[in-house]
Amino acid sequence: MKTLVYVEHDNAEMKDATLAVVTAASKLGEVHALVCGSGCAAVADQAAKVDGVSTVHLADDASLANQLAENVAPLVASLMESHDAFLAPATTTGKNIAPRVAALLDVMQISDILSVEDENTFTRPIYAGNAIATVQSSDAKKVITVRGTAFDKAAAEGGSAAVEGVTGAGESGLSTFVSEEIAKSERPELTSAKIIVSGGRALGSSEKFEEVITPLADKLGAGIGASRAAVDAGYVPNDYQVGQTGKIVAPEVYIAIGISGAIQHLAGMKDSKTIVAINKDEDAPIFQIADIGLVADLFDAVPELTGKV
Amino acid sequence: MKILVPVKRVIDYNVKPRVKSDGSGVDLANVKMSMNPFDEIAVEEAIRLKEAGKAEEIVAVSVGPAKAQETLRTALAMGADRAILVQTDDEVEPLAVAKILAKIAEEEAPKLIITGKQAIDDDSNQTGQMTAALLGWGQGTFANTVDVDGDAIEVKREIDGGLQTVKLSLPAVVTTDLRLNEPRYASLPNIMKAKKKPLDEKTPADYGVDTAPRLTTTNVSEPPVRQAGEKVEDVDALVAKLKAAGAI
Ligand SMILES: Cc1cc2nc3c(=O)[nH]c(=O)nc-3n(C[C@H](O)[C@H](O)[C@H](O)COP(=O)(O)OP(=O)(O)OC[C@H]3O[C@@H](n4cnc5c(N)ncnc54)[C@H](O)[C@@H]3O)c2cc1C
Repeated sequence: MKTLVYVEHDNAEMKDATLAVVTAASKLGEVHALVCGSGCAAVADQAAKVDGVSTVHLADDASLANQLAENVAPLVASLMESHDAFLAPATTTGKNIAPRVAALLDVMQISDILSVEDENTFTRPIYAGNAIATVQSSDAKKVITVRGTAFDKAAAEGGSAAVEGVTGAGESGLSTFVSEEIAKSERPELTSAKIIVSGGRALGSSEKFEEVITPLADKLGAGIGASRAAVDAGYVPNDYQVGQTGKIVAPEVYIAIGISGAIQHLAGMKDSKTIVAINKDEDAPIFQIADIGLVADLFDAVPELTGKV
Repeated sequence: MKILVPVKRVIDYNVKPRVKSDGSGVDLANVKMSMNPFDEIAVEEAIRLKEAGKAEEIVAVSVGPAKAQETLRTALAMGADRAILVQTDDEVEPLAVAKILAKIAEEEAPKLIITGKQAIDDDSNQTGQMTAALLGWGQGTFANTVDVDGDAIEVKREIDGGLQTVKLSLPAVVTTDLRLNEPRYASLPNIMKAKKKPLDEKTPADYGVDTAPRLTTTNVSEPPVRQAGEKVEDVDALVAKLKAAGAI
């Protein structure tokens, strides 16, 4: 089987999310990578070095600068004439583009796969990860999004794929990019952080969140996450949300502070290696899955913890 | 303009799903069912656009069992004007739902379709994007804010790195994220009024759509369960534990 992996990038750098997708794709067959963007030749070079990638298709065109699904999907659909499976990371980029590709190909997408059982069979989480479905696809071509935490990352070095230029379909005329607000931070990205400190509604305000959570995260070199309640209340931006409908993370250590442990939150972090919970309610559901629990007022315990790690 | 809002009947988000012991699926017998929360947000946004004078009519659509009527009545009670139930007892995959929605869109000629970004049962996150593709329309997924301006709509989208704004020409498809709005509760008088609002009943065959599934679910199992660990007395004990676990 010949697969086509969608490379996640920002025109300058390939994102780690791509590497897990390469691993998933290599279980199906030959791995080709697709870099769509503008002025993104450097990304194609990075993709060419990924272990297991045999060919990189580079679509470098102004119309692809922001990877708008309307412009990317027709290009992918045409490349799928010579590929059998399209795999994208289950990031907001992949989730935006893949279903559009699937519909153009008249294929039912398999979302957020956790494993490849065989060429046609995959497992995926349903009901916020409270159940795992094994699904068998009868479509000739496959369109798949891949959960990054479920697959090991392919080695970023070691490959030497050929880079081939491909031409895009141009501007669809359906949508245009207006602007982007991307927070630049020195902090590790949530999906690749080794440690995550996450705050919930209990923090009470963005000031308190900053005052209590940030110093602990700084001390641990950790990424910062949050519950939906904390995001909705405006303590932190939307891209901090961990959960069923936010980011799926599985760090070495996940420290949940003032988070009750609703199933939608657990869906995003329950595969973390060690889960720590700090909550003043000893019956909070988060304690049912925490490896280490501390029943305490976070406003006392967290600053103390920050002082002692 | 007219707005089409697809709504799905799903397990209530407060219910913890239980996997059936024979591996055939999730037990939905006697379980509370509700409108998919993202679809409530979609209905609410359509109503707000109508209240702002930017839309004239809201048509709610559901593809599902007879009981999905209740979900449509909820949408009508919130403020949708009329409803279409495409009735089937089969499980309909996002691709087939999108095909039905595309056919309805051809008949109804809405300027905007607002869908939830995902349904909380199958967690697919596909229907809106697929519908847009089939219609050849633009898509504004994971919407945080929308702004209709004449023949275009600006959609601020929640993306992994922050926020992105795109401008789509109408007609277009928008999918909702959590921060788009806070849906209203239907008032009792509106629930009563909703009973008299028109609700058309159709079948997938009426739209010539084959709903035969492309994916066969061969097994549904419980995820590995995590055991609760232990509670520690104080911060010192917590630090010791973390160190012992090699976590810090
Ligand atoms: C469609 C849908 C999708 C959703 N998606 C997500 C998602 O992706 N991610 C997500 O997180 N949620 C999601 N939710 C929301 C989820 O259901 C919960 O509402 C949310 O996770 C609760 O956040 P929280 O734990 O911060 O707040 P709460 O549930 O209010 O918990 C606050 C906790 O803080 C504790 N506390 C209070 N004060 C202190 C103190 N001083 N010291 C220590 N502890 C204290 C309390 O005991 C409580 O346990 C979703 C909901 C829906 C309907």
